[in-house]
Amino acid sequence: MSKHHVSAIINGEPAEFLCEPQLTLLDVLRDELHLTGSKEGCSSGDCGACSVTVDGRLVCSCLMLAVEAEGHKIETIEGMARGHNLHPLQRKFLEHAALQCGFCTPGLLVAAKALLDRNPNPTETEARYWLAGNLCRCTGYDKVIRAVLDAAAELRAATPR
Amino acid sequence: MLNYVAPSTVEEAVRILAEAPGTAKVLSGGTDLLVQLRSGRAKPGLIVDIKKIPGISGIGERDGDFVIGASTPGAVIGECEALQRAWPGVVEAANLIGSTQVQGRASLAGNLCNASPAADSVPALIAARATCAVAGPKGRREVPVESIAIGPGRTSLSPGEFILEIRLPKPRPRSADAYLRFIPRTEMDIAVVGAAVSLALDADGVCADALVVLGAVAPTAILVPGAAAALVGRKLDETALAGLDQAARRACKPIDDKRGTIEYRTKVAGVLARRTATIAYERAGERR
Repeated sequence: MSKHHVSAIINGEPAEFLCEPQLTLLDVLRDELHLTGSKEGCSSGDCGACSVTVDGRLVCSCLMLAVEAEGHKIETIEGMARGHNLHPLQRKFLEHAALQCGFCTPGLLVAAKALLDRNPNPTETEARYWLAGNLCRCTGYDKVIRAVLDAAAELRAATPR
Repeated sequence: MLNYVAPSTVEEAVRILAEAPGTAKVLSGGTDLLVQLRSGRAKPGLIVDIKKIPGISGIGERDGDFVIGASTPGAVIGECEALQRAWPGVVEAANLIGSTQVQGRASLAGNLCNASPAADSVPALIAARATCAVAGPKGRREVPVESIAIGPGRTSLSPGEFILEIRLPKPRPRSADAYLRFIPRTEMDIAVVGAAVSLALDADGVCADALVVLGAVAPTAILVPGAAAALVGRKLDETALAGLDQAARRACKPIDDKRGTIEYRTKVAGVLARRTATIAYERAGERR
């Protein structure tokens, strides 16, 4: 089976890998590049645990072939904190106890960041609809939504008008 | 064994698809195809990714029509204000497909070619009199959207053919469209019934022209001329709505499954047709 050579920008750094055509971006992120923050929940685009952004657009990395990453900018959960400084969303998830087992958390954080990058002041309804493709079986979502809205408020306060 | 190729011209894509031994699949957003690869339902020998073809993604205008590239994701469609103003029903239908993540990739052409009877965007596109440009070994042809799906998972496209773009006409004055689907939850589900209505009013607010299309109640989305006829020549009074409701129910040939029984789907089709027509009528009335 012929392998494809793929060059992409992952979390701001140039990355290259070889992959077989049937592998998903999620397979390569986890098994080849050892970026294991993105999780495999359902492999069918229903759970959102594998959420990443491609050129700023939120997608499920299980629904994209790794070869399709050629020439694109990928952001994963590993690119979210700046060194030891957690992103405000990550901090608010801890403060609000918006996680228990943590399996859905990387996907929820990546998806929530994509929301706040577009809409710094979402309503609760907008946040709930935006995150409807991220399943969590522990929290019941309430704490997640509170954490996202609190992080949004903090980010707005920090942004000079 | 699977191979992948990403041609950069339409001609190259057509040639590769036509010459491929075994099954070749066109890849656009992949939100259906990758699920089918994983489950084993699709076992292609070759995947032809069309996204490197210039102009295949994006929304433009040509001769007053909207032209939506085959690979344009739902999220981009939802962000296009001009399209939202012109065809709100098509945009709301396209944006009902899947999650935010799925919207980042899923395309109208993919929704059409996946040929699910419950595809949300298809009834709305048919009601909007959308056409699609199909490229193939014999050249390019322009066909109405309703001619593409011929049964669950089956299309009228010949080997080597694929959709290049979807074209929506400029809406007429005092016209509007709407789409509603029924699902037992609020998000992330597949239509039990879908209903699309487009209509045009005369200067007195009387319905001059209408199209009614139902999804998920037959092997493909279906145009219901009897339901449209019940609207034409009237303001949206109870007689018109009752006629629409009855014609919509009569047109249903649904299946019984976990999402709904035949009886339930048939009843809901009438109710949804009423609600959708009411939204389209109100929208048309606001456009002077």
